Amino acid sequence: MSAVLEVENLRISFPDQERHRFYPVDGVSFTLERGRTLALVGESGCGKSLTSLALLRLVPAPGRIEAGSSIRLQDTDVLSLEGEALRHIRGRRIGMIFQDPMTSLNPVFTVGDQISEGVRAHFDVSRSEARERALRLLQEVGMPDPGSRLKTYPHQLSGGMRQRVMIAIALSAEPEILVADEPTTALDVTVQAQILEVLDHLRATRGMAVLLITHDLGIVAGRADRVAVMYAGQIVEEAPTAQLFARPSHPYTQGLFASVPRISGPVSRLIPIGGSVPPPTAWPEGCRFRPRCPKAFEKSELPPPLLPVGADHRMRCWLAEDAPG
Amino acid sequence: MTAVVDTLRRAWQNPRGRAGALVLAGVALAALLGPPLLPDPVAQPDLLHGVNLPPGLGHPFGTDQLSRDVFARVVSGARVSLAVSVLAMALSITLGAAIGLIAGYWGGTTDIVLMRLVDGALAVPRLFLLLLVLAAWERVPIGVLIVLIGTTGWFATSRLVRGEVLRLREESYIRAAEALGAPRRRIIFRHLLPNTLGLLLVAATLGVGEVILLEAGLSFLGLGIHPPTPSWGGMILEAKEVLVTAPWVGVFPGLAIVITVLSADLLGDALRDSIDMWRA
Amino acid sequence: MSGSGASAPPNRMLEVRDLVKHYHAAGLFSASAPPVRAVEGVSFDVRRSETLALVGESGCGKSSVGRTILRLQEPTSGSATFEGIDVFSLDRLALRKLRRRMQIVFQDPYSSLNPRMSIGSAVAEGIEIHKLARGAEVRSRVASLLEEVGLDPGYARRYPHEFSGGQRQRIGIARALAVEPSFIVCDEPVSALDVSVQAQVLNLLADLQRERGLSYLFIAHDLAVVRQIAHRVAVMYLGRIVEEGATEALLARPRHPYTVALLSAVPEPDPSRQRSRIVLSGDLPSPSHPPAGCPFHTRCFHPMRNDRCRTERPVLRPVEATTAACHYAESTPAPETLASA
Repeated sequence: MSAVLEVENLRISFPDQERHRFYPVDGVSFTLERGRTLALVGESGCGKSLTSLALLRLVPAPGRIEAGSSIRLQDTDVLSLEGEALRHIRGRRIGMIFQDPMTSLNPVFTVGDQISEGVRAHFDVSRSEARERALRLLQEVGMPDPGSRLKTYPHQLSGGMRQRVMIAIALSAEPEILVADEPTTALDVTVQAQILEVLDHLRATRGMAVLLITHDLGIVAGRADRVAVMYAGQIVEEAPTAQLFARPSHPYTQGLFASVPRISGPVSRLIPIGGSVPPPTAWPEGCRFRPRCPKAFEKSELPPPLLPVGADHRMRCWLAEDAPG
Repeated sequence: MTAVVDTLRRAWQNPRGRAGALVLAGVALAALLGPPLLPDPVAQPDLLHGVNLPPGLGHPFGTDQLSRDVFARVVSGARVSLAVSVLAMALSITLGAAIGLIAGYWGGTTDIVLMRLVDGALAVPRLFLLLLVLAAWERVPIGVLIVLIGTTGWFATSRLVRGEVLRLREESYIRAAEALGAPRRRIIFRHLLPNTLGLLLVAATLGVGEVILLEAGLSFLGLGIHPPTPSWGGMILEAKEVLVTAPWVGVFPGLAIVITVLSADLLGDALRDSIDMWRA
Repeated sequence: MSGSGASAPPNRMLEVRDLVKHYHAAGLFSASAPPVRAVEGVSFDVRRSETLALVGESGCGKSSVGRTILRLQEPTSGSATFEGIDVFSLDRLALRKLRRRMQIVFQDPYSSLNPRMSIGSAVAEGIEIHKLARGAEVRSRVASLLEEVGLDPGYARRYPHEFSGGQRQRIGIARALAVEPSFIVCDEPVSALDVSVQAQVLNLLADLQRERGLSYLFIAHDLAVVRQIAHRVAVMYLGRIVEEGATEALLARPRHPYTVALLSAVPEPDPSRQRSRIVLSGDLPSPSHPPAGCPFHTRCFHPMRNDRCRTERPVLRPVEATTAACHYAESTPAPETLASA
């Protein structure tokens, strides 16, 4: 498949109280392909949201992307862009939707205005043409009664509808890549299903590459082609979805699976991962999962690289060296 | 408690806040320890040759038309001004907090009635009200002055506190306390009040500056502190007649007012920023 | 069968009948605005040492039910009988005494603890209010409560901001346990927590139930979570219970179309078991203007949906293994996969 975005060794640093720098994102690499969904899975504090912001160069100050990081959008080096060129890729080549549609939409403008504005920011079209496109976009995202919705304000819409508007705005620039940061976390489960359907449909019809950021393994199982699990600023396991679920190999991934309540299958006592997530200001030495890992051994004192555990399946764990094949 | 300490520490790290705090502390220290070490501010030692001397050795701020040492008078005036403003402001804050807490937590009719009263009180210009009372009452004792200023200055604070209480009321920990069976009194004192302290600290600091100006203004009009007790406003009043010939007599007390009020404002702003940061 | 009070505790610890809660817009000038009908006639029982889950999506009224039962809000009408006592008729003093027996754990770990109070003081609050102990004994009770919820008793002097979300939830649980309740309303206690932390808190709640014989009203929106901890489930939609039954029975063969849709919408963390999902059309009607007839009929996909659904509101009635409020519950299409292996 054709790679649309290549991220290599992304490191983001922030200053702490004593002006030292710490690295909430510490060497993340992945590839996005046309028409496929990559899920970035992790809990709070693992760095997944910051990673997504970095793609659009939206990392808030005083954070900064460290030298040695590389983000290539086909043949464009995103990290070296400035001014107009940077503005061009934002929205136009990479679109983003956020978790909470309530705070991401401007309450004083109508839905139609906000989508049209998105269109006109990237294409030189007339007002009426922009409105036409806005209407078509609302239809595309499955908004009931799109014509009258154009004139409504965000607070008049439900959470699910607002999220559809957000998606429409993101699509208005016709991006090749869509970054969805926990797009359904704030929504009810039945609405979540609707929104995920919309995203899937768009991906298929428009051939977009989708980066889906979530903590919900259920969403991943149903919607992603490939999964990358993040922990403590690093990717600790990555594989095609079916592979990851069939053979979760990294102890953290295994721990996640054991602690997730299931809707089907036998009910048994959940096995939580002991301890708690380390703060980005104090990543543990060596393997970062070692303090909580039931399989830690002497070699865990050395930080492991990503090692293969199967075809197209890698994990950041020394145990990979013992794995067959 | 640590939250208050944190707030103070953050305000200290802010350079403007630090400057304000240091100057205020300096003024307060001078006011406390200075007068016993300095010449008597009321005495008129040398009416023949010591009148209207410009600043120099022995008289860092010069002397006034009655040969009184201006520096000693400024420091003495600091005592009076700070005492009046701190006490009056403490009274205002207490009243404002109490009314705000009650109105905010009880809600309903109590809230409506109290807030309409506050609205009415805010409609009357404070200065005019004070002028009215003070003009009718000759030579008002300092204690009464403090009470008058204090009881006319709590209205805005009560509104602020009420607003904060309305917000806090919805927090889960208040619900939890109710669910545990906490009586209203306990909720107000143990839960609501500590969480409004930050707000009150800011209001208090800014209030000090406001009252100093108010008292100085009243004294300047002859209605506040009366001679021979030195007060900054009173000193400016007396300096009117020698403004051209001996400007230092009026300039120094004026500067004292400006510097003190400015410091209080800087500190208050820094505290407010520090609290907003904590909230965010 | 209503109990006589303290001497012979009834098996049915809590009996709620026809609970109604409407919210009226505040202010003198909004008298004409229709009330929000958050709870529209809800009835259920919770038995000793049992967990009843109240499940539904936002706006269904489940949180209102929890708060109204504890009289943190006054009900519009209906009754709640706890261990034989009529909760809604108690005066302030008697209500305060009752508060020892019925407690609550909140959803948001970040606003459920007073930021200005040490966690030791927070946990001790109930003990102080009800004068259950004094002086050093208070401290030792707090220490043992912290231990019981899996926290180091040495943390008592620390402040909430020093703790993670999961730890704060545990502190909230310790606070509720301090007054020795027999019944706890758990209002979405794990919804705001990370996956691995959710498991810790769920296990803790299950353990405490076993060790102390607690009953829970577990309010949630996540059916997978509910399955871990609830013995029985009641599904709510627009202020009414639309289906109720034993957890496995209800999940295996739901009879109300909304339950079927809810179940099918839960993401399954297993790519080989992906079900085709029923995606509900339309949006949730506003609780101020509920539809006439069956509240679900505007979005219902039941093949037998007809005019009767638009005009006649179905009542809860037993249908096979559960109770459901649907005219055609007997022929509700089964979900594609079954709940138990």
